[in-house]
This record gives sequence, structure tokens and C-alpha cells, in this order.
Amino acid sequence: MPDTSGSTASARVEITRAEVAHLATLARIDLSDAELDHLAPQLSVILESVASITGVAGDEVPPTSHPLPLTNVFRDDVVVPGLTPEQALAGAPEVEQQRFSVPRILGDEQ
Amino acid sequence: MNDVLTRSAAELADLLATGELTSVALTQACLDRIGQVDDAVHAFLHVDVEGALAEAAASDERRANGDLLSPLDGIPIAVKDVLVTVGLPTTCGSKILEGWVPPYDATVVRRLREAGLPILGKTNMDEFAMGSSTEHSAYGPTRNPWDLDRIPGGSGGGSAAAVAAFEAPLALGTDTGGSIRQPGAVTGTVGVKPTYGGVSRYGLVAMANSLDQVGPVTRTVLDSALLHELIGGHDPLDSTSIDQPVPALVEAARQGATGDLTGLRVGVITELGGEGYQAGVLARFQESLDLLVGAGAEVVEVSCPSFVHALATYYLIMPCEASSNLAKFDAMRYGLRVVPEAAAHGGPPSAEDVMRATRDAGFGDEVKRRIILGTYALSSGYYDAYYGQAQKVRTLISRDFEAAFAQADVLVSPTAPTTAFRLGEKLDDPLAMYLNDLATIPANLAGVPGISLPSGLADEDGLPAGFQVLAPAMADDRLYRVGAALEALLEKKWGGPLLAQAPVLDGVQA
Repeated sequence: MPDTSGSTASARVEITRAEVAHLATLARIDLSDAELDHLAPQLSVILESVASITGVAGDEVPPTSHPLPLTNVFRDDVVVPGLTPEQALAGAPEVEQQRFSVPRILGDEQ
Repeated sequence: MNDVLTRSAAELADLLATGELTSVALTQACLDRIGQVDDAVHAFLHVDVEGALAEAAASDERRANGDLLSPLDGIPIAVKDVLVTVGLPTTCGSKILEGWVPPYDATVVRRLREAGLPILGKTNMDEFAMGSSTEHSAYGPTRNPWDLDRIPGGSGGGSAAAVAAFEAPLALGTDTGGSIRQPGAVTGTVGVKPTYGGVSRYGLVAMANSLDQVGPVTRTVLDSALLHELIGGHDPLDSTSIDQPVPALVEAARQGATGDLTGLRVGVITELGGEGYQAGVLARFQESLDLLVGAGAEVVEVSCPSFVHALATYYLIMPCEASSNLAKFDAMRYGLRVVPEAAAHGGPPSAEDVMRATRDAGFGDEVKRRIILGTYALSSGYYDAYYGQAQKVRTLISRDFEAAFAQADVLVSPTAPTTAFRLGEKLDDPLAMYLNDLATIPANLAGVPGISLPSGLADEDGLPAGFQVLAPAMADDRLYRVGAALEALLEKKWGGPLLAQAPVLDGVQA
């Protein structure tokens, strides 16, 4: 990391193996035990480094979500061609009756 | 090596115009070169021999009839595999999209087709453009044509290596934190990140949508200008596209090539140099700066104090956006689907079980790291401290640019802190890898345009170094004026293009 003078941060940030497992669940990724062992310390190092921005900008600084100002965009309500069903389904892992076929979406308890 | 391969796109357009060369002959020469060297370089993930030759033949026919589509009609091009292409597989360097053939074209790809450029194929990249070395590709790394044991930069190492190895005169890249400019620097080629919104992102598979930008990858500054004018401009399909005309870039490049920069104020950014930068990179940077002064430019030192926080800001904003953008890879409508043999709950696998297994099998290490990091930084309790704070620092970085551009017309720095490192050297050390983008990231955060062009070879290792020029938003023409001037002055000193000093690669073995 470059010099971060002016920041208040060198607070130790640690992310535990259990937290990584929880985050993986939120992100819908099955991580193996080996992956959890490998990722947790790496993420701690990265987080400790990025935590250097803590306190750099005060409350008076507005956030930037986008580099250029965004305005809503309208277009004329004209029908334009879209994908055919065949095109839309062409990359699907499984198709049934011109629809995307997916595994069951409800659990047993529902 | 066939002589036409080393020509610039501008020169090739002239040869096509005089009838000395046909698009079919040129395209075949590129395909032959790919066949000869790409087992070793591995710049391409997919080569479209038939499609490229058919488009080349169509171009030759148009020329015979006198109805050309653009100044680059008939000039072959390579396309980074993160841009969707009808009829050509688009993998983003990921197993999760292996074999996927998109049903629509990215706007930039459509513009290439409408301008008559044969598409040679799709180029290798770090998975979903996450990386600075192209080693994170699920299909194996690309190698640097200057030294096959070294990285070509990333994420667009395939596009940069393709033009550096003379496999293609032109390529398209994308730049989220430096993925066009840093590969340009380490392969001795030219790469441009346009103003955010200056080139359509429709059909660019998003990593971080507020940072991503498509741009040209070429061997000369003029070629980048020609390609940039062709792909740039408003696109109603991209809600962040700027509805203004593209500045006269080719004209700016031609004017700059005369070598007169009288009255130009060049700002050297204090924070992007010194410690952490390789001596040979800094030496070539200083020489280039001296050449600009010799051409009439005035150099001022500018300080951008918030830039020291740019890397940390980027490594929060980018993973947050990436974790959200990559949620669409859910194994339902396209891409890989892995059905686990047995679910933990004992019943038949649910959609969520399939999703989790697919994303584990389909994503590589770096993608998982960034998704988990983004998920963490966006989760309740951490959002304000990380993502919210990063968005505020982003404002400070934009303000630094505004203040700097009040003092200078363009800002300059080395493009990357070092020359190309060895394959494997930083693969499992994410922070060391991230430092490669130190000097390129601020431009993405603020949305301003930047170019990298070769500044020479570092004394320590004889490998290319890059010179970066940054301009205010929508003043992309300044990049071309200054870039073309420096290129002309450097080539006069070198006695020709830098790539003339690169290994020929004829007869290389994989």
C-alpha cells in the first residue's frame, strides 16, 4: 500500500473463517474447507489495507456513485425487435416447452 | 515474418486504397501469424478463420465497387473476450461461460461490423477482467511477446499481446482500473481508456459498471485515434453514454505528430512517482518529459493528495460493484450449470444448491476473492465504513483532478510502476498484484480519459515501460495530440518503432 498519511487507520481488521463462510453463503458460492482456509487470511490482509481510507473524507463530502452526472433517459415509446424465444433460450442449461427449466425453487418446508 | 504484419493500420489502409494489398491477403497474413506464434503467446481464446476471411472478401468486393464503409474497412481486428459477439463464443476468461455464444452484439462490435473490419477472434483476459497479469484466465495465461516467461499485463493481456506480437494490427480492450493501459505499458504498445461514457458499454460484460470503459489497443497513437473515432459516440442502449459528438481525435493525432507543443502545460503528478517505481521506468519517464519540454511544453508539478487513497478506494468500489454484477451468473438462463450429487439437506438439489455449486465450480480464485470482499463491504454494519467512505474519497479524487486541470492541460505519470514481472511471481499475493494499477486507477475513479504509450526500455531488464497522459473528461483529443507528439519524438530518437526491437518470435515453441 502507498503512504496513507492523513488517515487514522491502522486498526487491525480481521475476517474470520466463519465470517468468510457466512459471506460465501450470502454470495451463493459453495467454498470448500481448503478454499476457506486460503481465503480468510488473504481477505484480512486486503481489508486491513483498504481500511486505510477510514476517516479520510469528512461528513461534509458528498459521495460519488458515478464519475459523470447522470440524468434519466427517455426514448420514444416505439416497439423495436427483441430476441426470438429461440435466441433467448439458446444458451440455457436446460429448456422445456420454450421456457427456462430450473431446479425446484422451494424448500421441503414450504 | 510477412512485411505487412508490422505496418500500422493507417499504413495498411493506404496500401488497401492503392490496391497494393487486399483485405483477404492481409487477413490471411494475420491468421498465418496467429497459427505460427499463438501456441506460444496464447493471446487468443478463439480464432474465427472463416468469418474473418468472409468479411475480408466482402470488404475487397466493396472496395472494387467503390462503396467503402469506413476508413478502416478491411483492416482486421481482435476483440477482448468480455465483449459479446453474435456467432463467436464469449467466455470472459471464465469457466462459467465456457462455450457460451451470445445472441446479441455489443454496440462496439456492431460498429466494427458496420465499418467492415474482419474480426480475427476473441482475446484472452483475466477472468471477468479481474487482474493485472492475465494469469487469472481460466484458459491459461497469455505470455509477453518481449519475454515469454513474463506477464503481458492485465486484464487485457490478450489484446495487448496480439498487437505486440503482430498477430493483429488493432484490438479492442476494456479498462476498469488500468486493463488497457497497463498491458500497453508492459508490452510496448499503445492503449487508450476513453472518457467514461465516451464509448458504449452495451454488451460489455460488466465487472464494475461505474468504472468500466471500452477502448483501442494498437501499435501507434494514430491507429488508436482512428479506432476510437469509429467506436465512440452516443449509444441509446447505454444509459451512461454521453450524448455529445466525439472530439476530432484523428486530426489531433495528426497535428500532434508534427511535434509542436508550444504553449501546452504538462502537469507532473507528485503522488504518481518516486518510491515504489522501478528506476528504469522513472528514467524513461523523465526522458520523455524532457522531449515534451523540447517540443515547447511547459512542465508544472501538481499535487493530488487524495491519490494516495485511490488504490484502497478502488479495491472497495470495484468489488462491491463486481459482487452485484456477477450475481447474474446463477446457472439458470445461460452458462454453466453444476447439479450437486447430494444436497446437504438430503433432498433433491434446489435452485440455490445448484447456484452455489455452479458458482464454486465456475469462478476462479480471484473472482471469489472479489465477490466475497464486495459482499462484506456492502453488508449491513460495514456499508458506511467501507462503500460509503470509498464513494466520498472518490469525490476527493475527482476534486484533485479538477484542481490539477486548472493548472495544467494534461497530467502525466509512468503508466505502471514496474516493467513486466515473471509469470507466477505475484499470483497468490493479491496486494502485490493490485499495486500494478497504482497510477492508472485514479482516472477510472474520476472518469477522465488516459493513454499509455511506450517510453522506451528499462535499463535493468530491457523491457518496455509506459508513459501515461491524462486529460479532462471529454478532452480525449489532448491525449492524441500529446501522445502523437511524444511518439514522433521518441521514434526519431530510436530510429523506428520500439516494437522493432522486440524478439521476432518466428519459430517459437509453446
